[in-house]
Amino acid sequence: MKSENKARFLRRKAKEIRILTLRAIASVGIGHIGGSLSIADLLAVLYFDIMNIDPSDPEKINRDKIVLSKGHAGPALYSALALRGYFDSSCLETLNKPGTKFPSHCDMRLTNGIDMTTGSLGQGASTACGLALAQKIDKLQSHTFLILGDGECQEGQVWEALMFAAHHKLDNLIAFIDYNGLQIDGPTDDICSLGDINAKLTSFGCFTKTINGHDVSEISVTVNEALTNRGKPSVIVIKTTKGKGVSLFENNASSHNAVVTSEILRQGLHDIEAMS
Amino acid sequence: MSVNIYDKIKIKDNEMRFAFCESLIDLASRDERIMLLDCDLMSAMGTIPFKERFPERVIDCGIQEANMFGIAAGLSASGKIPFAHTFGVFASRRALDQIFMSCAYAGQNVKIVGSDPGICAALNGGTHMAFDDLGIMRNIPEMTVIEPTDTLMLRELMPVIAKKHGCVYMRLVRRKCESIYRKGTVFTLGKANVLRDGIDVGIIAMGYCVGQSLIAADLLKGKGISARVVDMFTLKPADREETIRTAKKTGVIITAENHQINNALGSTVAEILAEECPTPMVRVGVHDMFGEVGERDYLAERFELNADAIVKAALRALERNK
Repeated sequence: MKSENKARFLRRKAKEIRILTLRAIASVGIGHIGGSLSIADLLAVLYFDIMNIDPSDPEKINRDKIVLSKGHAGPALYSALALRGYFDSSCLETLNKPGTKFPSHCDMRLTNGIDMTTGSLGQGASTACGLALAQKIDKLQSHTFLILGDGECQEGQVWEALMFAAHHKLDNLIAFIDYNGLQIDGPTDDICSLGDINAKLTSFGCFTKTINGHDVSEISVTVNEALTNRGKPSVIVIKTTKGKGVSLFENNASSHNAVVTSEILRQGLHDIEAMS
Repeated sequence: MSVNIYDKIKIKDNEMRFAFCESLIDLASRDERIMLLDCDLMSAMGTIPFKERFPERVIDCGIQEANMFGIAAGLSASGKIPFAHTFGVFASRRALDQIFMSCAYAGQNVKIVGSDPGICAALNGGTHMAFDDLGIMRNIPEMTVIEPTDTLMLRELMPVIAKKHGCVYMRLVRRKCESIYRKGTVFTLGKANVLRDGIDVGIIAMGYCVGQSLIAADLLKGKGISARVVDMFTLKPADREETIRTAKKTGVIITAENHQINNALGSTVAEILAEECPTPMVRVGVHDMFGEVGERDYLAERFELNADAIVKAALRALERNK
């Protein structure tokens, strides 16, 4: 696919992820919309350009794996999985309803295509290291992708895991930090700043780059660069806007877990369709 | 059920940690999925021989317990069978959320080995004295909780633990402990072993207190009291049937454990009996106290966990039940 066509295709997929996410959360009336919308472009690139996966064989031994450590963004991941064919998108409307297979936070025991249970922040960093380590032990050529939140990086466990990943030369681990600058109680810089995140990651022995997390072409190029990287884990800081695509939620800390009424849904869908 | 025990309870030279390492090597030689994880306590746990035999199957994570249990969960999700060791205090307290969430809630197959239970931490003192680990682990859904009583039982149970899919918390003395069982004894997860029959008082014990209970039974016999001694080495799932049988047979129950009296063996037995067969009880264990430094025998006396304490508890219960 020509690069401009590919970018157009991936942007379309990102829009579809946002649409399904907004609809799913609107169907239950409230949910983690802000941090779901901020990673839609990343998920579009991973699921429609990068990952070696087979929805007809979700347990395929040499598949690439993904750990959404910021597990509250489950609705965005479920939307990507539905679009990729793991289940019908109508399932998304059961989000958080009694007996659902689609809970707020990712659950590998419930949902087809989910590689790891997450929800207690920081833990996905370690479990992703375990998955990547097993791929190395089993001499598989596959990769493990890890998505962290920026606020999540306040957890000490993230740094234990990165120290471990560098020590074990887990170059098949490609992590992303969704750097939208906001956490529940306000700007990350006001609450407990991550400081010079690139310097920290570099000093921990990671290959690192900071990119625009809403530019599918830049994400794709950078991930492909990380995939050829040898001897160290990669951590790509994706600068994003919390709530990206829905004006009411953009750059709004309270969009972490927000009410989505039918009126907000209507306006939000309009906003998303109008995205460039 | 076949139970065969020594007449005299005494400490043998073989240490739990060496039996653990040898049986893990044996398992690993037959199953390539077996792995060993530790947090800078391999030397302390005597597992260096495993590393020498299977260097590619050992991950010494360094001093990061939270990370280790996450790594173990990731390895398990990839089909490995990780045995992850640290001291019981760190497994149960420092890494509780990781064990709960990444291991148990996620439906993984991680074998958690928490060493130096209670007074066995001895000279490491109160900071390292797990008097609460069993109670903490017991409250995690689907978690199997066991404390092998001696090296023979440990060797017999290791293949069972490895084969059973799911999370297991194994509380393990690290160094020497009493030898209770002779070869030929059958050990079944979830089934208690009756070590001595008796009709006046039932003593249900775990771990260190099993040997002490047998000594206590001898002392009680000298006073004309016949004690039935039960080794409840699987705390969860506990053996309800044997608990009820012992209560019905004796009418008075003593529990004895190297742990707080709350939330572990004493509580489990009390809950079973309250629901099924209310029976007068006295719990031997630590009474809402922190641990402290000292040799094991001193601590057993200090925290009233030894045979004398069990005898006193039995006499008190019998007196109360007159």
